Amino acid sequence: MLARAVTHALVGLEPRRVEVEAHLERGIPGFAIVGLADRACQEAKHRVRSGISSALLEWPLDRRITVNLAPAGLRKEGSSFDLSIALAVLAASRQVPAERLAEHAAVGELALDGRIRPVRGAFAVAEGARSLGLELILCAPESAAEAELAGVQAVPVRHLGEAVAYLRGELQPAPVESPDETVEPELPDLADVRGQERARRALELAAAGGHNLLLAGPPGTGKTMLGRRLPGILPLLAPAEALEVTRIHSVAGLLAPERPLVLRAPFRAPHHSSSTAAIVGGGPGPRPGEASLAHRGVLLLDELPEFQRPTLEALRQPLEDGMIAIARASGQALFPARFQLVATMNLCPCAGRGDPAAECSCSPQRLAAFRDKLSRALLDRFDLVVTVPRPRAAELAAGPSEASQPVRVRVAAARVRLREAAPLRTKAADELLTRAVERLPLSGRGRARVARVARTAAALAESDAVESEHVAEALAYRSPKELAA
Amino acid sequence: MSGELALASFAAATESHLIAEPRSVRFARFKASFDAAAEHRRLAARGYRFLARSDGSFPTLLGAIHDPPPGLFVRGTGATELLSKDAVAVVGARACSPYGRQVARRLGRELAAAGLVVVSGMARGVDGEAHRGALEAGGLTIAVLGCGIDRDYPAAHRPLAREIAEAGLIVSEYAPGVEPAPWRFPARNRIVAGLCAATIVVEARERSGALITADLALEEGREVFAVPGEITSALSDGSNALLRLGATPCTGSADVLESYGLSPADEHVLELGDQAAAVLERVRESAASADELGRATGLGAGELAGVLTELELAGAVIVEEGIVRASG
Repeated sequence: MLARAVTHALVGLEPRRVEVEAHLERGIPGFAIVGLADRACQEAKHRVRSGISSALLEWPLDRRITVNLAPAGLRKEGSSFDLSIALAVLAASRQVPAERLAEHAAVGELALDGRIRPVRGAFAVAEGARSLGLELILCAPESAAEAELAGVQAVPVRHLGEAVAYLRGELQPAPVESPDETVEPELPDLADVRGQERARRALELAAAGGHNLLLAGPPGTGKTMLGRRLPGILPLLAPAEALEVTRIHSVAGLLAPERPLVLRAPFRAPHHSSSTAAIVGGGPGPRPGEASLAHRGVLLLDELPEFQRPTLEALRQPLEDGMIAIARASGQALFPARFQLVATMNLCPCAGRGDPAAECSCSPQRLAAFRDKLSRALLDRFDLVVTVPRPRAAELAAGPSEASQPVRVRVAAARVRLREAAPLRTKAADELLTRAVERLPLSGRGRARVARVARTAAALAESDAVESEHVAEALAYRSPKELAA
Repeated sequence: MSGELALASFAAATESHLIAEPRSVRFARFKASFDAAAEHRRLAARGYRFLARSDGSFPTLLGAIHDPPPGLFVRGTGATELLSKDAVAVVGARACSPYGRQVARRLGRELAAAGLVVVSGMARGVDGEAHRGALEAGGLTIAVLGCGIDRDYPAAHRPLAREIAEAGLIVSEYAPGVEPAPWRFPARNRIVAGLCAATIVVEARERSGALITADLALEEGREVFAVPGEITSALSDGSNALLRLGATPCTGSADVLESYGLSPADEHVLELGDQAAAVLERVRESAASADELGRATGLGAGELAGVLTELELAGAVIVEEGIVRASG
């Protein structure tokens, strides 16, 4: 007897159709899974067998069972095929109607007692199902809301027994609860930051224009604190963006079951000891790295020079084209990674520089080595560079500063302005820019960066044109020479 | 005259420091086989010159010190007469504070603008800033090296060396090719001090090469100025100690110019807006961060950033490590 079930394997973020064929025949009893299944996938044998027994269904004891995962050339990883394998075996042994099964996609891991566990990537699998014209997907209740985001109807089943009863038409599973629309826990607020007006202004510009921001200065001046407050002033994601981000986070298994759709710009802050693969993505079946998880959001690299240089250099590709391509023998995986980079750094290895209360004890060689870690090419990617000096005691004692909420409103308005009618430079502004290029060490790329930031400043000021004052402001955030290698 | 070039070449070949012809067989042999004309040709081919002590245009001030070099190797487009013009040495620590950098740059600029030749050692820190200041003012400057004139040392100052060679001179008593070595720098300092009627120490630790220069200047009876520094900063210990010992305090270029009988060059008047003028006034009181300036002047962070750029482009302020300083 032969039966089929359909599911999807993930290659990067992309669902690839996998047909699970189960074949039962007379012969020496046995159970084999073929079709380039990895170890976790091979172990499905034991889970499926126990699951079927626990569900008080019949395991075809006297049969030789072969399960083929087609196409056989595609590597299959993980436990997400469990449910499909179990259902295909049950259909082949005529315990569920094969024609009903053919109308459904399925995704889920089996527990030994027959319960169905959620797996990562349910959203992408559901998208795959929809592209095949399937309208129903069997999955764990935790994955149901996520799967429905892809525009298919989820059939949440807690247990293999429930899935079988449903396919036999004996049971109507409970409808999927609509996801919680209330937006997420509160983010850290800008009101917590005392003083630092210049850095706050740069943060606002970064939020409005999507600029990369580098905060430099001695320790304890609030660089990290400021960086962490950027997500709180970013607007919510547009619906299409939200789906993109949700897809990536689904594959990484990061979605909250009750709120699967990511509405807020994601924020990722990997530690500086992270490997290159952890940041840009990788692994045998490539998984998205932190840079992709920060897609449409913020990637905060605290203590930038402490990251390994190859890791930083690997970020140049996504900073340029918003994509990370990971090539493997089995093919190439593309991960979107259009993130906003926020980085912090000290001005020297001993952290004494820029601090009136301390003296820098770094030798010129040590300082040169420190600066050497940041290539000019990487520093060139920062539109905004702000040196954050140590605030005086009086500033710290000052009253609370402006909260995130009004800033967020200004940022959202500026974004609309930039999208709909980006302001153009006046003649005076153009002249100032040209004069600055002559007087200051400013590269061609640097000039373009200044022009971009000036446009954002104009949009924030609700100005119809980029005036020279906006160019002047933008010039103030150019990469200062003391950071250059 | 060829004797001096032979002596300098012999010192380079033997890695030694010589100011008079040694009475050794080795030198006698070297001198006998030395082809001075060929050596001059070799130097000329690289655009270098050798100015012997016996030459009429050898600077008198330098010739008057008790151990003048046998001659100077000269690189650069300037005439060798430049060496005899009124010159002032601006020296100080390599690891200097932003204050030291600011003062050195400003002194270099103002002294050069008033017509003095600014002499220094092209080292990191104060020396380099003094040269840069002089170049900024379009003035004359001479760098005295402790290695061959073809060695741009330190390497980070290669572009600076090129600029100095275009606008002034790079000189050394060591033949081209001689490597920098620690013991050569104090010897270099005697030439820095020797070329100048006055030496200004901008910032120096308690044991600093700049103090050696000051001592040498005093020994030769030249004037020594010291720039007062914060008494809490170890970087100023040496320069402040000089003041205690009786050096003339340098509170601005005018103090130095007065001793040369010169008057300061006219400052060009900046045309600034009201906001910029207010900010500049506050910065001139004391260096401050942008945020402090914002509070003092009531300007928003965005406006202030624009004003600061305006001032920076006008050359009125320097922004470094987040701190704004007046530059003029």
